[in-house]
Amino acid sequence: MMKNQKIKNKEIINVESVVIRFAGDSGDGIQLAGSRFTSATAIVGNDLGTYPDYPAEIRAPAGTLAGVSAYQIQFSSKDIYTPGDMVDVLVVMNPAALKVHLSDLKPGGTIIANKSNFKSRNLKMAGWESDPLEDDSLSNYKVYDIEISRLVSSALEDMNLPSKTVERTKNMFALGLMFWIYTRPLEPTIKWLKVKFKSRPELVEGNIRALKAGYNFGDITEIFPVSYQVGPAPLKKGTYRNITGNYAIGLGLLAASQKSGLPLFFGGYPITPASDILHQLSHYRNFGVKTFQAEDEIASIGSVIGAAFAGNLAVTASSGPGIALKGEALGLAIMTELPMVIINVQRVGPSTGMPTKTEQADLFQALWGRNSESPMPVIAPISPGDCFYATYEACRIALKYMTPVFILSDALLANGSEPWLIPEIKQLSPIDVKFAVDPGEDSVFHPYERDKETLARKWALPGTAGVEHRIGGLEKENITGNVNYNPDNHQLMVNLRAQKVESIAREFPAMDIYGDTTGDLLVLGWGSTFGAIRAAVEKIRDEGMYVSHAQLRWVNPFPSDLGEILVKFQKILIPELNTGQLIKLIRSEFLIDAVGVNISTGKPFTKSQIIEKIQSIM
Amino acid sequence: MVESITSKPLTRKDFISDQDVRWCPGCGDYSILAQVQKTFPELGIPKEKIVFISGIGCSSRFPYYMKTFGFHTIHGRAPTIASGVKLANPDLSVWVITGDGDSLSIGGNHFIHLMRRNFDINVIMFNNEIYGLTKGQYSPTSELGKVTKSTPFGSLDRPFNPPLLALGAASTFVARSIDKMTHHLQDMLKRTHQHKGTSFLEIYQNCNIFNDGAFKNLTDKEVKDDNLLILENGKPMIFGSKKNKGIHLDGFKPEVVKLNGKFSVNDLVVHEESDRNLGGILSNFTHSEKFPTPIGVLYCEEKPTYEDLLYDQIKSAKKRLGEGDLEALLHSGDTWIIK
Repeated sequence: MMKNQKIKNKEIINVESVVIRFAGDSGDGIQLAGSRFTSATAIVGNDLGTYPDYPAEIRAPAGTLAGVSAYQIQFSSKDIYTPGDMVDVLVVMNPAALKVHLSDLKPGGTIIANKSNFKSRNLKMAGWESDPLEDDSLSNYKVYDIEISRLVSSALEDMNLPSKTVERTKNMFALGLMFWIYTRPLEPTIKWLKVKFKSRPELVEGNIRALKAGYNFGDITEIFPVSYQVGPAPLKKGTYRNITGNYAIGLGLLAASQKSGLPLFFGGYPITPASDILHQLSHYRNFGVKTFQAEDEIASIGSVIGAAFAGNLAVTASSGPGIALKGEALGLAIMTELPMVIINVQRVGPSTGMPTKTEQADLFQALWGRNSESPMPVIAPISPGDCFYATYEACRIALKYMTPVFILSDALLANGSEPWLIPEIKQLSPIDVKFAVDPGEDSVFHPYERDKETLARKWALPGTAGVEHRIGGLEKENITGNVNYNPDNHQLMVNLRAQKVESIAREFPAMDIYGDTTGDLLVLGWGSTFGAIRAAVEKIRDEGMYVSHAQLRWVNPFPSDLGEILVKFQKILIPELNTGQLIKLIRSEFLIDAVGVNISTGKPFTKSQIIEKIQSIM
Repeated sequence: MVESITSKPLTRKDFISDQDVRWCPGCGDYSILAQVQKTFPELGIPKEKIVFISGIGCSSRFPYYMKTFGFHTIHGRAPTIASGVKLANPDLSVWVITGDGDSLSIGGNHFIHLMRRNFDINVIMFNNEIYGLTKGQYSPTSELGKVTKSTPFGSLDRPFNPPLLALGAASTFVARSIDKMTHHLQDMLKRTHQHKGTSFLEIYQNCNIFNDGAFKNLTDKEVKDDNLLILENGKPMIFGSKKNKGIHLDGFKPEVVKLNGKFSVNDLVVHEESDRNLGGILSNFTHSEKFPTPIGVLYCEEKPTYEDLLYDQIKSAKKRLGEGDLEALLHSGDTWIIK
């Protein structure tokens, strides 16, 4: 279809990978344009990675640096792991967006700017002394200044729409133009607009006109002599969809609910960047999902503990500050050995920090952010799509071992997306749940009697005759579950709780090592840094260096083969988006002199930050 | 309230657990426990469907002594755990056992939200107007100027009025009783159970160690009749040792009148439990020097419960959209096939 629309004298150039970034005011529809570009890109079969980066303010004053929202996508004809480092094409809706993002543009990169918004007031607000589109400050770049606002108003002229509505379609113009430049289809977006604005036909029409105007602008004008083609990537066979980490978590919970046969109970309290999980699940009433928006973070974990006690698959999601509030209740969950899943979509701290930015600094909080000895398994998904599997696995382990389980996601995974091979539900490991039954007239039910293999206690549901029992936060006597202050019993219970969590490692497959199993350097990461590390190590290996990569998903307990893997490398490098948390665990557990690479900027690692570090220590 | 179906009749003994009761000798909690164990067989709920959930404090040890399901949770959070239990299994009879500090201080937020959501949960608040387990600090129901371990010069904050707080939080059932009034307490426990919706029962409970005699004007034989207003639905509000006093309403303004000629029984307010405004007026008698302290059901009106509304949503969503299909959901939206 694309080629039919093409004027013959324009050329199509094949390229392997491209990074583009849309940026504008938070009210400019940047996230929407970005996600529509992503969908169209997925459909043409590219591999891709995305990184939405938006301010915490819903509508910061228009035109200010604080109000700039951005969406980055890398797409490629080969397998890629990240949203990309430096940007090839920067689409900016105003001077503030250019100011904020120019430093990430590659030398010689392309700027597409909405010239209509480069007026003296906006320039001043963004801190430009003169118009960069007019002076020579952008001489190192290819600059296309287009009067987008004017062009959409003429495209929509006869529709008599309010000028604000017309102005809001400029994101569609920019999107249409990018579709032309990178030869992506318009149809999926047109179809999407028709559904999105079903009840407002004038908006469907207006947005489609703007989209087509942008597309035709690229096609017809002489400004763009070439368009680019990025061929399909060699992905595994199957049916794909694009997926964000938060959405994958929601689906993972639903899958675990169905496979275990347990109704899903989700108690939550709104917090960025975890709220989308609550929103998504609240739509699944026809799956029997019970979502409960509690009065605060403590109430949400309280409701989850209650639902777990009464036999539901019970889950909560929050972010660092909310997890801090839940801390005391998590201790109760550990003491009562009830199965549940706690999701922390990490964001920048301390305190409120930077709510929409990403960080991995809650690892210690997950491990130790409770009073006394309170061990809890912790799993950290390594990509948006992996959030599905990590969530499913967390539920399975929680139910099998009768323990709360932490999932450490983060803002990067939550809002970032990638093409995702849709799994076969049948292929997922089974989740068998057994409840305690009446032991009979002559026997007494013992709530803390344990399974010999897993050390899991029995799950005895209220409503089942013969298994009435009392539990609580006071120390339990092993087996009977009665309140007990005996010193030896406490020692035993501390040991048992730790041993139970440690024993989960038997469930893990052998660690996957990319590259050689022995060599000069192993880069060891955990969670969402997977993509950046893998991309960096791939590049370094292409240059002939003996560098390998392993990524931890389970950070507590460690996989049992981790120690033997580490000793086979001369050096260990641990990149983390914190000041060094995993590295302290590795050093103390294995007495290995690992080296860290740590940033705390609110941004994910770039491939080059890791490459530079590797080069500096090799 | 939970439907009553039992196979064999239960007795008081069936509700006594094998744990030693460890309250101080003479504590009002013993009486409350005894009335609960006495009343429960009469409620006709199968034992396995009963769950007692408590927070922290002397009263919160209660679940250990009941041979039902029990959960001794953390300070102030019992309402949240109870909400989760009720949502997971609405078929259970859920009882929150709490104290004045547990529910109104550290758990104040959960208390008010539980009320407004109207889960079918029974909240029994043991109000002794003091912190007992931590050994004698003032509580959010202690009177102003209370001299305690933590307030040697007297407390500076005015006490909560628990029934008024519950009403303000949209409670659908507010009642009060006293540990020593065993029959009245039994009746109130039954009423609490019968009400479908969040039932709030405040029990004045004597802490004989740290706040002995806090309610003696309501329990001492010589004076109690002049200080207590025992509410009965549909009955005029009469009180006094000689039954010669009553509550008269002048517009919205209540007054105590003597039945000595100028006023007769016909001039007294007739208690109407479903009258929310009257519930408010009666609640305001609490801590008042002019008025007797009302006990009984101050207010009771059935409204839809949260769990019924939620399960209705699930039912209607299934009817409208069909039973959830995970495969279809996974494949929804834009998908593409790599061959």
